[in-house]
Amino acid sequence: MHIIDRRLNPGGKSFANRQRFLRRARAQVRKAVREASSSRSIKDAGKGGEISIPTGGVHEPHLHRSREGGVRDYVLPGNKKYIEGDTIPRPEQGGGQGSQASDSGEGEDEFRFALSDEEYLDLYLEDLELPDLAKRQVAGAKAVLWRQAGYSVSGPPSRISVPRTLRHSMSRRIALKRPKADEINALRAEIEKLEREGGHFDELQTLRTQLEQYLARSKRIPYIDPVDVRYRRLESNPKPIARAVMFCLMDVSGSMNEHMKDLAKRFYSLLYLFLNRRYEHVDVVFIRHTHEAQEVDEQTFFYSRETGGTVVSTALFKMAEIVRDRYPVDQWNIYAAQASDGDNTSSDNAVVLAQLKDVILPICQYYAYVEVGMDDEDDHPGAGEPSTNLWRAYRRVAVDAPFAMRKVRHRRDIYPVFRELFARRPEGVAAEGG
Amino acid sequence: MTTLAGSQLLYKGPDWDFDLIRRVHDACGEIGIGEMGLDPYPNQIEVITVEQMLDAYASTGMPLFYRHWSFGKEFARNEALYRKGYQGLAYEIVINSNPCLVYIMEENSATMQTLVIAHAGYGHSHFFKNNYVFKQWTDADGILDYLEFARNFIAKCEDRYGQEEVERMLDAAHALQSHGVHRFPRKRMADLRSEQKREEERRLHGEQLFNDLWRTVPVGKRKRNKDEDERRKALLGLPEENLLYFLEKTAPRLAPWQREILRVVRLINQYFYPQRQTKVMNEGCATYVHHRIMNRLHEKGQIDDGAFLEFIHSHTSVVMQPGFDDRRYGGINPYALGFAMCCDIERVCNEPTDEDREWMPDIAGSGDAYGALRDIWANYRDESFVSQYMSPRVIRDFGLFRIVDDEEQEEMNVAAIHDERGYRKIRRALSKHYDIAYRDPDIQIVDVDLAGDRKLILTHRVMDGIVLEEKDAEKVLQHVADLWGYDVKLVEQDDSGNVRAEHSASPRRPFM
Repeated sequence: MHIIDRRLNPGGKSFANRQRFLRRARAQVRKAVREASSSRSIKDAGKGGEISIPTGGVHEPHLHRSREGGVRDYVLPGNKKYIEGDTIPRPEQGGGQGSQASDSGEGEDEFRFALSDEEYLDLYLEDLELPDLAKRQVAGAKAVLWRQAGYSVSGPPSRISVPRTLRHSMSRRIALKRPKADEINALRAEIEKLEREGGHFDELQTLRTQLEQYLARSKRIPYIDPVDVRYRRLESNPKPIARAVMFCLMDVSGSMNEHMKDLAKRFYSLLYLFLNRRYEHVDVVFIRHTHEAQEVDEQTFFYSRETGGTVVSTALFKMAEIVRDRYPVDQWNIYAAQASDGDNTSSDNAVVLAQLKDVILPICQYYAYVEVGMDDEDDHPGAGEPSTNLWRAYRRVAVDAPFAMRKVRHRRDIYPVFRELFARRPEGVAAEGG
Repeated sequence: MTTLAGSQLLYKGPDWDFDLIRRVHDACGEIGIGEMGLDPYPNQIEVITVEQMLDAYASTGMPLFYRHWSFGKEFARNEALYRKGYQGLAYEIVINSNPCLVYIMEENSATMQTLVIAHAGYGHSHFFKNNYVFKQWTDADGILDYLEFARNFIAKCEDRYGQEEVERMLDAAHALQSHGVHRFPRKRMADLRSEQKREEERRLHGEQLFNDLWRTVPVGKRKRNKDEDERRKALLGLPEENLLYFLEKTAPRLAPWQREILRVVRLINQYFYPQRQTKVMNEGCATYVHHRIMNRLHEKGQIDDGAFLEFIHSHTSVVMQPGFDDRRYGGINPYALGFAMCCDIERVCNEPTDEDREWMPDIAGSGDAYGALRDIWANYRDESFVSQYMSPRVIRDFGLFRIVDDEEQEEMNVAAIHDERGYRKIRRALSKHYDIAYRDPDIQIVDVDLAGDRKLILTHRVMDGIVLEEKDAEKVLQHVADLWGYDVKLVEQDDSGNVRAEHSASPRRPFM
């Protein structure tokens, strides 16, 4: 009897199968993930969880008898009152009798299972990207590209170049006249032959001495000497990476009610999640504004409360200022996302427009505006244009500018709108304005 | 752990270590092999975690398996059920191999480990080694090597021909796997030498009987067509019920690696075929054995009362049989039925009643219960086991009754209950339930139109007026068509020759 402790064996044996399964059911899983996420709280936006998909796509058919019709025969335990000849009304569904209980998933409409955080996010954020990530820069030492660059005499064993090493060994062996194995064998054979046939003593003696010399020589001159060994050498090259900064501008003034703030925060948490996950080198700058703008950290941006009047231009000025100070335009890809209820002090509209057109848009790769509205407003997407101050002002932004605007009224709209704004699109096609 | 010296106890409390497992294994062996006369494979006990158990579940319990999405699906399903607490995990998994692999979970208490070792390491292991169906169909020495080969082979195919192609092939093969077993040992193809010898004998015989007179006897017109038909069928080995086998050997357009994949699926499925035939007996045997061993350990003072109570608790929940009207009812529990029948056989051997003497005269009062059980475990499968050894007593205890549900009747009819007139009927009906040949639809390949469009013709012998589930049948038939490469037709026919349904399919993306 043997006891083997397998507990320390590497886990995840089913990983490959699971991936195959997810790939197989990809379309359905993706749909389910999107549906599931509309009802989640902000904090859980990126968590895994249980989803259910229709069994259709992952059904495994096999030949079996139908569950209906014909003459059927059951043997059941636990008889208490029936006697032979009794009749019993049929249970409602054919499957009511346990003896034909489902064993194959047949008859289930839904297949429920849990996704890990990782898988969930992957599916959730699939096909999204920052548009026009063009400015590439050599930045930091983090991104390096290793390239094969010749051979060296030192290195790790895993990088030994066998052909090179043997080539060196061969030339050394030839140069130093190391006897070949064939020669030694031939000599041996000859000696043996002479011994067997009782050959001439002197001749035998000469051969023997020669063999001894050969053996001694081949012992002295190794087949492979440390000087022969060559390693494949790698050289590191810094790799240009795209550096990007995302400005999140949020209106937190008094006109924004809880619902709107919730929507805006949801939008940004999605954005934040997306950037963090997809891009290693993306800075995120949070700016919130009332009648004055402030740069804040993530925690404050998402969780603190503030109230006041509304002057949108302050945020734009703040952004321009930060860009000037920290993000040289020639080195950074600059993005901005703005969320607001569309309210603005009317006198400010012209300023906003001018600032946007003349300063912000020229330095931006992409500018997205999301207008949050009330759930109960009667106009819904497509039915008509919202007519807030800001919306009207932004309408005048040139269509060919890298600018997009969308309206969000309900939690369930956020993800679709987000996707529209950041969907992967063919090269060169800019997002069209709303 | 030698602090227990002085008392005979194997352990105290719930904690266990490897030394304890060894002692328990040996103590169980003393009873199992020494007293009960079991003959198990040597055991290899492997300790695993919950996650590894779920992994094992996904690959039908085997420690290694080729890759396919359906196993990932199975894993996801079990994991979800387990996480939500709908389903506990088995305490063990046992593999029919030599040595017998017993997986035990690290969470188990010392008592549970003892129970598991007795159950799997002695009960199942004995059954695997001695039962005739297993002996006939499975190669316990070779299965792990074969699975290793299968996994590597399929991985290699994926590298060479692409994951998608291989997956499609496996999908098709899996769809047919319930019809990919040989139910009977086949006639072996004669090798050249014996063929030659037979030919020689035949010629000699012909020479001896030669009479020129026969040449002058007028010959009637030959039924050319019928001969042709039969010749063709004989050449193709038709009719053939092993669909995978037929396609592997005969499908005209498959590449060698595709045939090999069909073969892999077929052989692995063949390995599991005995398990499907002996569910009740296998579990009955293991449950009976662990029950005996645990009782004896307690009697000998090797486990304490606390441990024994823990055992009783878990044992009773395993062998519980809810009634048909109970919410928990999910069919007849093979553990319950198997255990009850084994205990009943023991009773019949030792303290038979008049009824038992009449029903089972061979073993009633023989006094050698272990001998009788060993013989039964070796020579029966579920179907024959039930039809031979289910006594009226068990039928009464379970309150079994038989219901006939005829589509044409208004209501279902109670055909038999546990009374004098019903025993045999119930026994026969239940035995039929465990007959795999009856449970799986009878589908055969009957003909190929070799001269025409190579259409493959299958029939389903419809029994009791139950046809195939249509949607699934069409999907499976599509797979058959893709494998065969030409049109296929499935005719559902009952015994009086009425065609109940017909399906046909043309290849959409034939394998080639």
